[in-house]
Amino acid sequence: MLGGELAATLGRNKLRTLLTACGVFWGVYMLVVMVGIGKGLQRGTDRNLGGLSRRAIFVWSQRTSKPHRGLQPGRYVRFQNDDITVLERIPGVIHVAPRLRLGGWSDAQNVTAGARSGLFSVRGDTPALLQVEPVEVTRGRFVNPRDLTERRKVAVIGADVRAILFEDADPIGRCLRIRGVNFQVIGEVVSYRPGNEAEHVRASIFVPFSTFQAVFDAPNRVGWFALGLAPGVPAEPVEQKIRAALVARHRIHPEDKDAIGSFNVAERFDRVESLFRGLEVFLWFVGTLTLLAGVLGVSNILLITVKERTREFGIRKAVGATSANIVSMVVREALLLTTLSGYVGLVAGVGTLEVLSMVVSRRDEAPLAQPEVEFGVAVTAMLVLVATGVMAGIIPAWHAARIDPVEALRNE
Amino acid sequence: MSPSPGAVVRLEAVSKTYRSGKEALAVLKNVDLRVERGEMVAIMGSSGSGKSTLLNILGILDRYDSGAYYLDGRLIRNLGEREAARFRNRFVGFVFQAFNLLAFKTALENVALPLYYRGVGRRARTRDALEYLERVGLSGRAHHRPAELSGGERQRVAVARALVTQPELLLADEPTGALDTQTSYELMDLFEELNAAGLTVLIVTHEHDIAERAHRIVRLRDGRIEHGDPTTTDEGHPPPNGGFPPC
Ligand SMILES: Nc1ncnc2c1ncn2[C@@H]1O[C@H](COP(=O)(O)OP(=O)(O)OP(=O)(O)O)[C@@H](O)[C@H]1O
Ligand SMILES: [Mg+2]
Repeated sequence: MLGGELAATLGRNKLRTLLTACGVFWGVYMLVVMVGIGKGLQRGTDRNLGGLSRRAIFVWSQRTSKPHRGLQPGRYVRFQNDDITVLERIPGVIHVAPRLRLGGWSDAQNVTAGARSGLFSVRGDTPALLQVEPVEVTRGRFVNPRDLTERRKVAVIGADVRAILFEDADPIGRCLRIRGVNFQVIGEVVSYRPGNEAEHVRASIFVPFSTFQAVFDAPNRVGWFALGLAPGVPAEPVEQKIRAALVARHRIHPEDKDAIGSFNVAERFDRVESLFRGLEVFLWFVGTLTLLAGVLGVSNILLITVKERTREFGIRKAVGATSANIVSMVVREALLLTTLSGYVGLVAGVGTLEVLSMVVSRRDEAPLAQPEVEFGVAVTAMLVLVATGVMAGIIPAWHAARIDPVEALRNE
Repeated sequence: MSPSPGAVVRLEAVSKTYRSGKEALAVLKNVDLRVERGEMVAIMGSSGSGKSTLLNILGILDRYDSGAYYLDGRLIRNLGEREAARFRNRFVGFVFQAFNLLAFKTALENVALPLYYRGVGRRARTRDALEYLERVGLSGRAHHRPAELSGGERQRVAVARALVTQPELLLADEPTGALDTQTSYELMDLFEELNAAGLTVLIVTHEHDIAERAHRIVRLRDGRIEHGDPTTTDEGHPPPNGGFPPC
């Protein structure tokens, strides 16, 4: 009865119903599409920045450029194990990953496994790496603390290493040989990063940091640091503290900017992040305004409708309808109209994002990636919709309820 | 003083004044009226004499300023909005000159509407509405909208709608005002038939031939009831059984 009653009422003025529905449809559609595209832009940028979407700072040693305390400029700075604990104590730093690499910056090492061999980058790492680098373990495990304390000769290999040395076979438990030392494979990794960076990881072999120091003749050496920052902590001051601590420990002139290199990913990440947060707020704002405009339209049209229906309400009251009956009728009509058209808008919006997503997924470097509304956003939109539906109905309903039956029936 | 059991309507010094700005227009002045169960009463009077106002008060569509109105022994005064709606729904059926059917609903749906507000389920509503359409001889037109019905048929639908809740009292404000003579007589036949079955009927009319079919005629002039002889009016027939219901 309810549905029939409403459908009949709404069906009576098809053009008006359609216009009303269009307002809300458009509002919800725009809200969903804009918020979805905002999300997609954020994802696209994340992806194009690669794993930079992490709050990390990288610090490496270089050569001094100023004399200090009797030391000549041009001296190589060497980080040491003690630096690890010093850096760990700096407020705001939550992960310290000391790292080493065999050979020079881009030197590949000849690694063999049985009859096969390949040129790969060999690194010494700790479990902390997983906290700062977007590396994903796809098989077995990564280096763990016991590997470190026992200086186990184990290795985690990139997916390309596995493909070259072991083809498609499971590499876990297999042996490989680096500079005459045998390592047992314990895991396989890939990178979340796109392009070059990911290839780097896939063509790398990770061995325990301590094992590296022992077997590749790098006692008490740290190549560089990858540091993870606590969320919400400003990145710039932490970077300064890190540099200051290392400058003090390695007898570097305080003004010597060349002795230590650093790259503050967190700072950039934060900037991009806040940009997108701002964008998101803006898009919600605009979308909600659009929706609100739609709702005002609905309310207005309903108000006209209510005035035209004065006589109808009078008749209903004359046969026993209460004001509450009338109010609930008008609000239900508004609700039905807004939720139905809003729902269609929601579906259309999600559909549009879906198509967009399909188009951009073919392009690797597109500024948009997976534009979509999260479930929560859809639910919020739906709630906003219901609330606005009630809002749209409330003023017209109030007018309808005030109608006096005698007056209404006199009304032609 | 307790109301006598037979009186469906009892008005005691009911007054109503319309105020618009500084001007006050007394439309009903100390109206006393008593309608017994099973009576059929016509209300006549010149235009503006307050007939519709009186009928609206009887139908709980309107309020009065002073006096007392007992409907079937219940005092109808200062009712809350919900209660007024409930009494309207339960105790009175109203037939209007302009039919006042909902144009977008079928005859059946129009008749069923009061039952909807009474909270009757859909099936029972349809069943009862059909029964009453049958009684007014319109079961064949149940699924037509008002626009597809003649004036007489529309008024019959309106009567069926007024009766479907089995009210104590049927009120009709110039029900034949929009009908031709032949159709008016047919409607009056229907009213007489319903009255014979025990329904109390009050009809406002301008037409003497319509009024003469009532047991009694009440005349309004300037908001007052003109008093002649209460039992044998010159134009009306005496009420059956002295105005008391057949036992
Ligand atoms: N809402 C109102 N405000 C002010 N005056 C009103 C109102 N309703 C009715 N009146 C006045 O009250 C008087 C009685 O009106 P009512 O409708 O009862 O007359 P009536 O006897 O039914 O007349 P008619 O035969 O023309 O239908 C008229 O003078 C009318 O103008
Ligand atoms: Mg009148």
